[in-house]
Amino acid sequence: MTLAVDLNGVRLPTPVLGASGCFGSGRELAEVMDIRKVGGIVTKSVTARPVKGMPTPRMVETPSGMLNSIGLQNPGIKEFMHKEGAFLGRVGVPVIVSIAGKSVEEYVQVAAEVHKMKGVVAIEANISCPNVERRNQVFACHPDSAGEVIGAVARLSRLPVFAKLTPDVTDIVEVAGACVRAGAHGLSLINTLLGMAIDLDTFTPKLGGVTGGLSGPAIRPVAVRAVYQVSQAFPEVPILGMGGIRSAADAIEFLLAGAWAVEIGTANFFDPNVTIDVANGIGEFLAERGLRSPADLRGRAVPPGGEVDEPAYRSG
Amino acid sequence: MIRKQCEVLSVRKNGIYQSITLVAPEIAENARPGQFVEVAVPSGREIMLRRPFSIADASRRGGWAGTLELAFYSVGPGTQWLAEARPHDFLDVVGPLGRPFPYPRDLTNCLLIGGGYGAAPMYFLAKELASRGKRVDMIVGARDQQRLYKPVEGKRLSVSISICTEDGSLGDRGVVTDVLPGMVSRAHTQVVYACGPNPMLRAVAEYCIANGIPSQVAVEELMACGMGICWTCVVPVIRRDGTTWDNLRACVEGPVFNGGRIWWEKWFRGPTVSTQTPPHGFRMEGAGVGGEPWPE
Repeated sequence: MTLAVDLNGVRLPTPVLGASGCFGSGRELAEVMDIRKVGGIVTKSVTARPVKGMPTPRMVETPSGMLNSIGLQNPGIKEFMHKEGAFLGRVGVPVIVSIAGKSVEEYVQVAAEVHKMKGVVAIEANISCPNVERRNQVFACHPDSAGEVIGAVARLSRLPVFAKLTPDVTDIVEVAGACVRAGAHGLSLINTLLGMAIDLDTFTPKLGGVTGGLSGPAIRPVAVRAVYQVSQAFPEVPILGMGGIRSAADAIEFLLAGAWAVEIGTANFFDPNVTIDVANGIGEFLAERGLRSPADLRGRAVPPGGEVDEPAYRSG
Repeated sequence: MIRKQCEVLSVRKNGIYQSITLVAPEIAENARPGQFVEVAVPSGREIMLRRPFSIADASRRGGWAGTLELAFYSVGPGTQWLAEARPHDFLDVVGPLGRPFPYPRDLTNCLLIGGGYGAAPMYFLAKELASRGKRVDMIVGARDQQRLYKPVEGKRLSVSISICTEDGSLGDRGVVTDVLPGMVSRAHTQVVYACGPNPMLRAVAEYCIANGIPSQVAVEELMACGMGICWTCVVPVIRRDGTTWDNLRACVEGPVFNGGRIWWEKWFRGPTVSTQTPPHGFRMEGAGVGGEPWPE
């Protein structure tokens, strides 16, 4: 039995990665967990120039989840490479650098810089951050703009490109298709959902950014659905599944829905060892059932009744 | 920082506040005043995030060696759960976290200001400063007598203390900044430390800026992780050279900041402050008067 997975050439020692914006560069968490045992690190999204981000409050805890409005605060690609490059180069686990931008050109510019870094196995193009100034900067809201960004990055990139998508669309399969046709190597599903909370004492939004991204176990069913729909349409395209995973059982649900590997986000905040514990739990699950690798679980979710000849409503 | 399962030694009431003492030798060993810990809430609840608690005391020597005391006000689902902890329960604790109060290199006369249960880490700080030969004076304030945190402890640890409540139920009627100027002149204060509600910290810091007294304040901002990875708990802080500002994490670069370098206007008025550059003249020598007396 092995925990290793192969995402059409992107090889990971375990199918459990730290998700973008919830794992830093791994440097902080390395103080309380064994960073070398994680399946991979997806770094916090980096842009061309420094971004100061949204005003506080940036966080509201909600039932089984939280809203955040960070607004892509980051030091810019130059400072990022200077500050985190050395650590990521020698951390010894696969690194996926998440990139963001306000324009196609910015994504291209950042992606070009990422190629100078050591230890990077892929780029995750974050085209779905909800905490941006204008909604039209969420490129993943439209198939055309999503395809435009992903196409431009993929054309220049020697690294495989994963497109990170939002479920806040009418048809995520259509957006996924546009990214695949534009040259995406894989898809990261899902980003946070746009949400809001209001203070009853002051009648004001609880977040400084007014709206924010909802994450945590509250969104898991939405994420599993998105992974399932997209994997049914594109079974050959590697999918990194994420959204509310905090246990091995949660992660296995994503694999069964069609994910090739998973990322864990919010749970790192309260359970810094969760990426390792979940990977071990997946290993136990595989061993108990005599399965050889996480790929044996991929897309095994079968609709009730399996292959039905007739629609159920006819039987009554 | 480390993560440990810590046994609860005792849970006590202090007026309306709760105190919990944990057996946490590895954390207590390195804990300094101003730092905090993150306590995990059990799974299977609607809430999931750890709760940050300022370290009220850490004993390294004597009969209570290796213990950590947390003081809090039971107000939400997390603190209500913690208030129900019993001796021998185990808590999942990460700490010590954050930048502690720096000790002055050369200056001697320290004024420590605590609002509400913000006084708790001030008593811890008072002991540390006194053991370094500093003079400690204190101001302890709260809305009413019930909300004063261990004022007797403050008396024991300070050369002089001024107690004030907004309703006058104990000590002077008023807020800490009402008694601040008198205390500063009587105690020949050279350095001010404060912990309490953010509006109090702002008022204290602005007094200190105007009077050229260096200040260090422990702030509160909503945080999801406490370990530096979520970037929710930022505070706008002007750079030392006054040229620009950064959103710094209260959990890593704070929670203790130089009160003269926090851009209070930006922090509290949020998006309505449209400018992206510090106000002209913010290079105010507020904290700079007398230099920055803390080794970085």
